[in-house]
Amino acid sequence: MNHASFTRRDVLKAGGALVVSFMMPGPVDTALGQTPTTIGSRPPLTPDELDSWVAVLPDGSVTAFFGKMDMGQGVDTAIGQIVADELDVAFDRVQVVMGDTAFTCNQGGASGSTGIQNGGVTLRYAAAEARRLLVERAAQRLAVPVEKLTVQDGVVSVIGDARRTASYGELIGGGHFHHKLDWNQKYGNPLLAKGQAAPKKPSDYTIVGKSIPQKIVTEKVYGTLRYVTDVKVDGMLHARIIRPPAAGCGPVAVDESSIAGIPGVRIVREKELVAVVAEHEWDAVRAATTLKVTWAPPRMPFPTMEKLYDHIREAKAIGRQVPIERGDAAAALKAASRVVEADYEWPFQSHASMGPACAVADVRADQATVWTGSQKPHYGRDGVAKLLGLPRERVRAIWVPGPGSYGRNDAGDAAMDAALLSRRVGQPVRVQYMRNDSTGWDPKGPAGVYRGRAGLDAQGNVVAYEFFGKGFTRQDVATNESDPKDTLAGQLTGFAPKPTLIFQVPAEAYDFPNKRCGWECIAPLLDRASPLRTGHLRDPLGPETHFASESFIDEVAHAAGADPVAFRLKYVRDPRHAAVIKAAAERARWSPRPSPNPRGGQGNLMVGRGFSYTERNGTIVAAVAEVEVDRRSGRVWAKKFTVAHDCGLIINPKGLELTIEGNVVMAVSRTLFEEVAFDHDQVLSVDWTSYPILEIQDAPEQIDIVLINRPEKAATGAGEPATRTVPAAIANAIFDATGVRIRRVPITPARVRAALARV
Amino acid sequence: MTERIRLVVDGKPTLLDADPALPLLYALRSELGLNNPKFGCGLAQCGACTVHVDGQPTRSCVMPVGAVRGKTITTIAGLGTPDQPHPLQAAYIAEQVPQCGYCLSGWMMTAAALLRDRPRPTDAQIREALAGLKCRCGTHMAILRAVKRAATS
Repeated sequence: MNHASFTRRDVLKAGGALVVSFMMPGPVDTALGQTPTTIGSRPPLTPDELDSWVAVLPDGSVTAFFGKMDMGQGVDTAIGQIVADELDVAFDRVQVVMGDTAFTCNQGGASGSTGIQNGGVTLRYAAAEARRLLVERAAQRLAVPVEKLTVQDGVVSVIGDARRTASYGELIGGGHFHHKLDWNQKYGNPLLAKGQAAPKKPSDYTIVGKSIPQKIVTEKVYGTLRYVTDVKVDGMLHARIIRPPAAGCGPVAVDESSIAGIPGVRIVREKELVAVVAEHEWDAVRAATTLKVTWAPPRMPFPTMEKLYDHIREAKAIGRQVPIERGDAAAALKAASRVVEADYEWPFQSHASMGPACAVADVRADQATVWTGSQKPHYGRDGVAKLLGLPRERVRAIWVPGPGSYGRNDAGDAAMDAALLSRRVGQPVRVQYMRNDSTGWDPKGPAGVYRGRAGLDAQGNVVAYEFFGKGFTRQDVATNESDPKDTLAGQLTGFAPKPTLIFQVPAEAYDFPNKRCGWECIAPLLDRASPLRTGHLRDPLGPETHFASESFIDEVAHAAGADPVAFRLKYVRDPRHAAVIKAAAERARWSPRPSPNPRGGQGNLMVGRGFSYTERNGTIVAAVAEVEVDRRSGRVWAKKFTVAHDCGLIINPKGLELTIEGNVVMAVSRTLFEEVAFDHDQVLSVDWTSYPILEIQDAPEQIDIVLINRPEKAATGAGEPATRTVPAAIANAIFDATGVRIRRVPITPARVRAALARV
Repeated sequence: MTERIRLVVDGKPTLLDADPALPLLYALRSELGLNNPKFGCGLAQCGACTVHVDGQPTRSCVMPVGAVRGKTITTIAGLGTPDQPHPLQAAYIAEQVPQCGYCLSGWMMTAAALLRDRPRPTDAQIREALAGLKCRCGTHMAILRAVKRAATS
């Protein structure tokens, strides 16, 4: 399979004729190098057209058009496997195109680990329908009924007479199906389009289930892959954005003479947005650091860090939901013979993407092109169109791999900045943020507090369970940049933000007789253009909520004098969930006993094990963490993880394992190291020193993964679910090792030392 | 201010006219049109801009180009090619290491120097040599496997 950095030139090279065409005029497309030519009439790019999903090139190779995205975990490889299997073509004969709004329908981009779970479903149906139509054509050409035909490697042949064949290339190569699908009229994650063909039975898969490597890895390793930071467009200028030193302060005056020594730099000011634009990138960098701007006086919108959790507890709730309510938890708590209660705290966290965001925009009078690293380029297109007042059809967004993306990071902001600046200067503009713009000003994972209360009867059974989270909404800015109001450029130029109030409850299957779980949201600390605005960060509110809920379950097990695994299994009656819990415990050779570890605390190095189990949108994960805690330094080393993972049908086992490893390591980082520092009017975490993340000394020694394949169950996501399982497994292991419960993240050496000193 | 500076970049003798204070990263990317290495922080804190300068892993984002006159610069594209891969490149492909891949220059150029100087490093020595590098996707387990694989290949 060829990777998706797909251009018309590639199509020409690959197929000898252009099968994909679109109506964008040519001049905006200089970076792709090819003036569009239309051969034949392609139906409009709408989800109800089969041609929007699958094309067969003249050489019989297949192009699949994927409206979701891969951010490095190999989702596009998995999509290629699904399409190849349904069409009965070799995997190497399928290329997956994604991320270009001119070629793909909006399936929601990378979102909620649904690349395969949702995105793959329509591709599977479309490929199956394409096969059905191709076999029908072959039946006509060969004058035999379809039942007498078989397909192998894209060649239809008569069963029992292998000389009579018709290849896909001969049947349609370079042409279009002009065939309607049954589309549910939705865009984004819920988009679903089906044909009449029934997809294959899982037992008939020959490509799905294989560990096919990602081709793009080779381009990365040899240094030949073009990233969004490497896009160059004729006439392109370089821009840097000037952010205020104090949150919420607009520019009062800009001293142009301060950069007189740097030739060729233009200052752009639009309402509260200040930027410098230059022909040479280094001149833009120098100008941005040299330019003197007078800013409005500080507004002191933030509490101090020490007061953050008090602020959250005391702040008025502006949104509230109780999504889980079974029985009467309040009454049962009152009647319980014992009540266990605990509070947990999780800080703001940054995406801290590997590189600051970058985007290039070429805005013309009546059209625009934007090259973006955003994981949701279709929504980026919509946002740029709205910002510029252009019809959506006149804007094209082209995704080019970016410097990492796990949610609504700074990529959408950069695209909007680039579009705004290109319109102002009348030339293509490349915006790349500096490190402090990225870590300091990206949307943050929300800080919150969590409280668990459980009632036990005299025998230690849980009779009541209550869990509430309270904090900043996970969507102060929306999940994507489809509206300028959700970007810094928009908020600085007059688009009023409108947060959605949404939080999280634990996702698990504990069957407590009286159960009540809910949340409250509080107002953002600063209403717009805030460096502490909150948004989606990998598994939004997943690690936060389940750090608390799975730590709390352990505390209840401890109160009941129970083994943490046996205690969970007592209340988890769903057999699929129970199987995952058992699989992790068995692989880790878990021997039942209550925590803490009677042999954990000898010497300076204390050892312990912790368990955690969670569910996310159908995917079930259980983890055992084995940790070492250094009594003197307070350092926690999460030395080994055993992870059992059930996401239904597995498409690519090796890709899945690597994805789970990434989840675990990033979650260790978030649990042990990460916290956005701030003071009354600014974010102080602006680089890798002030926002440390895990380095390789702290990577585990081993991550042992048990993949539970359930071919009969629909494939669910893997990009995020393991993340939420990790934090409590670590905290529970620390308790097992030391007898000390740490309820605030990050679990830094200083906090561990302080907690141990209190014992 | 502008001076003529001579470099050898990925095996090719190269001349450029640049302010000697220009960071090597910008000289390589803006003046010479290279796409490796990457800008990650501009502060020598992450490693995404790492190149070899006469064989030594160097954070090009803080190294003035005037300080590396006449020196030999190697990027990951200069380590090897699909026809003649560096053992690390072969190992990285076998282990499917990168996710976003933006950090690769730091890890690969640093590990290449380690393996040259210490062909059979222990796990602890690998971790020590790779300290200070960042990978946000969390591919550290695969990085360790790949470096060990390259060491035994």
